[in-house]
Amino acid sequence: MEKVIEVQNLTKKFGDFTAVDHISFEVYKGEIFGFLGANGAGKTTAMRMLCGLLPPTSGKGLVAGFDIHTQSEEVKRNIGYMSQKFALYEDLKVWENIRLYGGIYGVPEDEIIKKTDELLKRLGFEKERNSFVKSLPLGWKQKLAFSVAIFHEPKIVFLDEPTGGVDPVTRRQFWEMIYEAADRGITVFVTTHYMDEAEYCDRVSIMVDGRIDALDSPKNLKNQFKANNMDGVFQQLARRASRKAD
Amino acid sequence: MEFFNNLRDALQERQISMKQFMSFVRKEFYHIFRDKTTMAILLILPILMLVLFGYSISTEVKNSKIAILDSSNDVATRAIIEKFRNSEYFSVKKMVNNPSEIQDLFKKDRLNMVLVFGDNFYENLAHTGNAQVQLIVDGSDPNSAKTIVTYATSIIGAYQLELSKIDKIPFQINPQIKLLYNPQMKGAYNFVPGVMGMILMLICAMMTSISIAREKELGTMEVLLVSPMKPIYIILSKIIPYFVLSLVNLATILLLSVFLLKVPIAGSLFWLIAFSLVYIFVNLSLGLLISSIVDSQLVALLISGMVLMLPVIMLSGMMFPVENMPVFFQWISQIIPAKWYIIGVKKIMIKGLGLSSIIPEMSVLLGMGIVLVIASLKNFKYRLE
Repeated sequence: MEKVIEVQNLTKKFGDFTAVDHISFEVYKGEIFGFLGANGAGKTTAMRMLCGLLPPTSGKGLVAGFDIHTQSEEVKRNIGYMSQKFALYEDLKVWENIRLYGGIYGVPEDEIIKKTDELLKRLGFEKERNSFVKSLPLGWKQKLAFSVAIFHEPKIVFLDEPTGGVDPVTRRQFWEMIYEAADRGITVFVTTHYMDEAEYCDRVSIMVDGRIDALDSPKNLKNQFKANNMDGVFQQLARRASRKAD
Repeated sequence: MEFFNNLRDALQERQISMKQFMSFVRKEFYHIFRDKTTMAILLILPILMLVLFGYSISTEVKNSKIAILDSSNDVATRAIIEKFRNSEYFSVKKMVNNPSEIQDLFKKDRLNMVLVFGDNFYENLAHTGNAQVQLIVDGSDPNSAKTIVTYATSIIGAYQLELSKIDKIPFQINPQIKLLYNPQMKGAYNFVPGVMGMILMLICAMMTSISIAREKELGTMEVLLVSPMKPIYIILSKIIPYFVLSLVNLATILLLSVFLLKVPIAGSLFWLIAFSLVYIFVNLSLGLLISSIVDSQLVALLISGMVLMLPVIMLSGMMFPVENMPVFFQWISQIIPAKWYIIGVKKIMIKGLGLSSIIPEMSVLLGMGIVLVIASLKNFKYRLE
């Protein structure tokens, strides 16, 4: 299987504090990879390094085949990113938001126009093309934010707690979009606080105190820790933590 | 052949990043134009301020620099000069011998007033009971000028009173006042540069810092930083709309002051604009620095409101003459960009002096801008990591 993320002994220190402590893992093409951990376990720092935002202190990392140390520009061009805040501009219209992000990622103008039509059709948003984003319900914003994040067909999309503050029905619909993207060959790297969502992932890693203490499919993890669900697995691991949440 | 391929790739890359940049600048303009309230405030504010600040506050002026041309050099003139020397309101910097020197003195020594006694002062006074003295005053700051004239007249009046007591003859000394640079003592001459300094600061520093803080607050900054767009482009595209807006305001103020308030632009319009551009640069950098420190719009607003606006109003010399402030505040006023800008604008716009006269102000502002821009870019980088 093709590897899209390869990480070996990746470490980040802030002074004496080791935020990320020699983590190693691989993510394969088209996989939905859950990246879990309590607050302060080092999830965000690790993710920022993978996105080319933060240079690692030591260790190696390849994202979409590019070195996160030396080729952060190329890394950025080949990934998509969506955060909990959705990061759409509320005072821009739906199509203007799409055009803006398309433009930022260097998608040619005619392609943007064509793909915008397709996208709005697929989402059933044709009537909302000229609406301001601030007038959309939360669930719609979330769908739009995700579509915008993968508009430039990235190899990998990083989702940082994408379903925070959204009701269960909308969350379910959102995961259907994630599956669709994964079927199209886009690798999904997702952090979440909801343990039921962890069950939807192909494989899950759990960080404790800057280390990855568990990494496997949800089914294997539940067997390994003799738990009924992912929540049980997570609780057992989280109890080991010595570090306080920030 | 390979060279040309590389060149073509490089050019294409540049085209893409130029496109990214333009789509981003366009978005910034949308933000501004769609926020109608803010937009209206920004456009109407300069007009409102010009009208409001028409009534400035006059305050006392100490240690005004004066020079004296004494053609008589007799008992009376020496006595009057002695009184001026003893007054805390004046400090006599120079005795002048030739009337032709006077004009230069104002420019060179930054004099506030020149006292001119004609020939045979005492003789005239003793024989005809009438003598004349001329007060030539720098009127570009009408508040100070008015005050200085009042003080000078009262000193001369006091001497006249003393004489009358001794001789019991009604002596009459007529001070003739001549105002340089601002013959009609218009307040507008003073507050137009002040309003320019304030508005440009407001648009550039405050609005830039708020608009960047907003992206941080909304979380869009994060997404932009993950995108292949270079951080310097993100910052530049934030600055450009406010730069344009501040030019519109500059034009509004200048047009209003020339056609409505009848304050002419005595010096070179080119240098006035060039000087303003430097000042705009300083304030944009200041806005960047603020936004690199704060994470929320509210804090950005508070900092630019309290830390920037108040000192500019109180300490820049816009409303109160800097010379009268306690020494401590005079020091603080040195680091306020608006103070230097206002001085420079007065020199060009009202006194009609050329570039050479504003070299100090220009260099101070340029220096401030460079320091601020370096500090904010460093801080930005640090914050990103």
